[in-house]
Amino acid sequence: MSDSDQHKPRRLARRSLLKMAAAGAAAGSLPFAGAQPMEGMTTPAKQAGPGHCDSAPAVYTFLNSQEVAFLEAAVATLIPADELGPGALELGAVVFIDRQLGGDYGRGDRMYLQGPFAEGTAEQGYQLRMTPAELVQAGIADVQAHTSGKYQRRFEELSAQERAAVLSGLETHQVSLPTVPGELFFGVLLELTQQGFFCDPIYGGNRGKASWKLLGFPGIGAMYADRIAPFSNQLYVSEPVSIEDLL
Amino acid sequence: MTSGPAALKPVDIVIVGLGWAGGIVAKELASTRLKIVAFERGVPRATAPDFLAPRIHDELRYNNRHELIQNLRKETLTFRNDPSQRALPMRQLGSFLPGEGVGGAGTHWSGLHWRWLEWEHKMYSGTVARYGRKIIPQDMNLQDWPVDYHELEPYYERFERLCGTSGKAGNLNGRKVDGGNVFEGPRRSEYPNPPLTPSYNMMLFEKAARDLGYHPFPVPASNASRAYINPDGVAFGPCHYCGFCTGYGCEVNAKASPHFTVIPLASKNPNFEVRARSTVLRVNLDSTGKRATGVTYVDARGRELVQPADVVILSAYVFGNVHLMLHSGIGKPYDFQNNTGVVGRNYAYQCGGGVAALFDERTYFNPFMGSGALGAWIDDFNGDHHDFAESGYIGGGGASTGSNGGAPIGHHPSPPGTPRWGSAWKKAVVDTYQRFTGVGSQGSVMSYRQCYLDLDPTYRDSFGRPLLRMTFDWQENEYRLMEKQTAVCAQIARAMGAQQVFARRGERRLHYSIAPYQTTHNTGGAVFGEDPGTSALNAHLQSWDVSNVFVLGASAFPQNAGRNPTGPVGALSYRLADTLKNNYLKHPGPLVHV
Repeated sequence: MSDSDQHKPRRLARRSLLKMAAAGAAAGSLPFAGAQPMEGMTTPAKQAGPGHCDSAPAVYTFLNSQEVAFLEAAVATLIPADELGPGALELGAVVFIDRQLGGDYGRGDRMYLQGPFAEGTAEQGYQLRMTPAELVQAGIADVQAHTSGKYQRRFEELSAQERAAVLSGLETHQVSLPTVPGELFFGVLLELTQQGFFCDPIYGGNRGKASWKLLGFPGIGAMYADRIAPFSNQLYVSEPVSIEDLL
Repeated sequence: MTSGPAALKPVDIVIVGLGWAGGIVAKELASTRLKIVAFERGVPRATAPDFLAPRIHDELRYNNRHELIQNLRKETLTFRNDPSQRALPMRQLGSFLPGEGVGGAGTHWSGLHWRWLEWEHKMYSGTVARYGRKIIPQDMNLQDWPVDYHELEPYYERFERLCGTSGKAGNLNGRKVDGGNVFEGPRRSEYPNPPLTPSYNMMLFEKAARDLGYHPFPVPASNASRAYINPDGVAFGPCHYCGFCTGYGCEVNAKASPHFTVIPLASKNPNFEVRARSTVLRVNLDSTGKRATGVTYVDARGRELVQPADVVILSAYVFGNVHLMLHSGIGKPYDFQNNTGVVGRNYAYQCGGGVAALFDERTYFNPFMGSGALGAWIDDFNGDHHDFAESGYIGGGGASTGSNGGAPIGHHPSPPGTPRWGSAWKKAVVDTYQRFTGVGSQGSVMSYRQCYLDLDPTYRDSFGRPLLRMTFDWQENEYRLMEKQTAVCAQIARAMGAQQVFARRGERRLHYSIAPYQTTHNTGGAVFGEDPGTSALNAHLQSWDVSNVFVLGASAFPQNAGRNPTGPVGALSYRLADTLKNNYLKHPGPLVHV
């Protein structure tokens, strides 16, 4: 699968920037990770929201700068850049989260949010009156209050070890927050970070399809009727294809 | 404003819910020349433009944000594990994913297309004949279908031909065929299409199961293994194994769905009309309460309208059917305290289980190549193919593996014990992606006195109606079944050569939770039977109390089986159409007298 020619001039202009941004990121321990050509890197800019393009700093349409600072530090801790390649921050997970929280998902468009509200059992699932956006924003404020008290610094000002300790404390119920149940906030944060890492680049995350290359996921365009038998227990390597590549 | 909702011109038949069940009946009744209106709460959808690639291959939109699934903001249900608890609303989708929109769950299903086993239609009498009544726990409401496999066989066949099901028969007219499911009831004919091409994990499963003395076979899949034209002249494209199947619409019409088969055919009938974006609020009854006069519905703009009709067919999802009956006063609501009443009785589900399996480093499962129903299965511990007395439970489960899609938001496995985040997580996910597979179980759930549906006293939907309330938990019988099935799955996974095998459920017996996805195979609540004291519907899916109301779908199943419900839903739909055409419409009135 190759990119259609009509997109090439525009893509070329972004490539040099991306090459720099992603330098050192694509080489990994897996045999196929390093084999992916950098020329295949693409960006979500074509489908991006108003004012957003890759040659400029990310423009956020929903979250404020303090929330962004927290999330940038959090996603980089949850899925860090390392010897395997870029992490969630580099792949645009915060852009993804910003757009998701500002959209239908963040507003709880498909949730039942009528009262009365009661705590319930774990088996009864989510029972807060907060939408996902409200939950994340309140959770961020809670964690900032927690780190200000404990470390006299904001979350994003903490060392990597301290950030990991805070997130681990939320995950394991060691840190309790005043507004949002800590482990619930952690769960939503982790889920959104993973979605931003693995999603189709059309949503602002997974820039350059880097996580797909890392995994060996060939993307969304392939037809395997004539390949499933010949590639039985054979490594299938292919330049990943995204939605945008086929539009 | 006037005092009441406006009444529209009467029609002959109203269908509520336009998925497989409503679609089949609508299409089959076209020959009657009767005026038919089908109501669908969701939007109209067509393969073009709604399901075209590349946009349909959007994991976030369809798998995570549930584009094709019921919107809970409008309607949901409340849930509790037992009657002593306060039920609370299902505020987010989780355990099951009911469809919404023209085509219903048929647009987003996987395509596992079963005929239920002979025993699965006769669970009570089949069990008592072999083990006596004493084996049945006191709180278990075990009962038979009022029709058997053999009566349904021609309808099962019609539904498979409609769907272009790909599979291999294991019992042709009583002759057992190696490589098919030798436990199935006798079939008059082979599947319309040969099995799909197996994935590597299926090959390992088939060999391992065979070596263990079991009888593996390809899952019957309504994902067409080749180009196919069904008896109605509808063309199916061959499956591309693209891996975007369960939860998605199919861009090549390889996955059978009512939206491109029965519904467009029904729509050729000038006497048939679809009213989409229209929610039926209730079935209206006359002053005797014995006859339906039509339905009241809300259209897209929010207008409340009355549609008079001679016959009302409820063919919504399980919850929609039961909710409408309870809210409309059709049949006596189930009373848990006294184990009396029938509407809401015998709600059941399915129990999962199974194992995850990690293979050595040079294993390449290519999980992204596959389809919704691409799988290998054994029925050796399903139905009544094991000794209930020895096993300690009634019912059974299928064990299987498959290759159903590898899109990475949903599929990035790592071995248990791996941290959930950080570089160690990332490394484990990358290391595991190609060499991890599962051997899963789909287990039956029996019906119990304390597991039921009724109306919630507190919470209301966006139309102001009380929500349906679900009371459900696993019982001892099902815990034992899950434990046995997990052991069977682990045995097969080890025989497949897995390096490490991990049970999906821990050793602890957890309560049923509404939060994580499990299966959209809910059953019961408006069951059919021979006794009006234990069933809401007679053998013809006709309300015992309101004889011009028929209720179609898995809501009619008295308990659940260890296999997917769509096959019998389709068969019952064809049978109901025949009943209406050949019998009821000629002589309206109760079809069964007791």
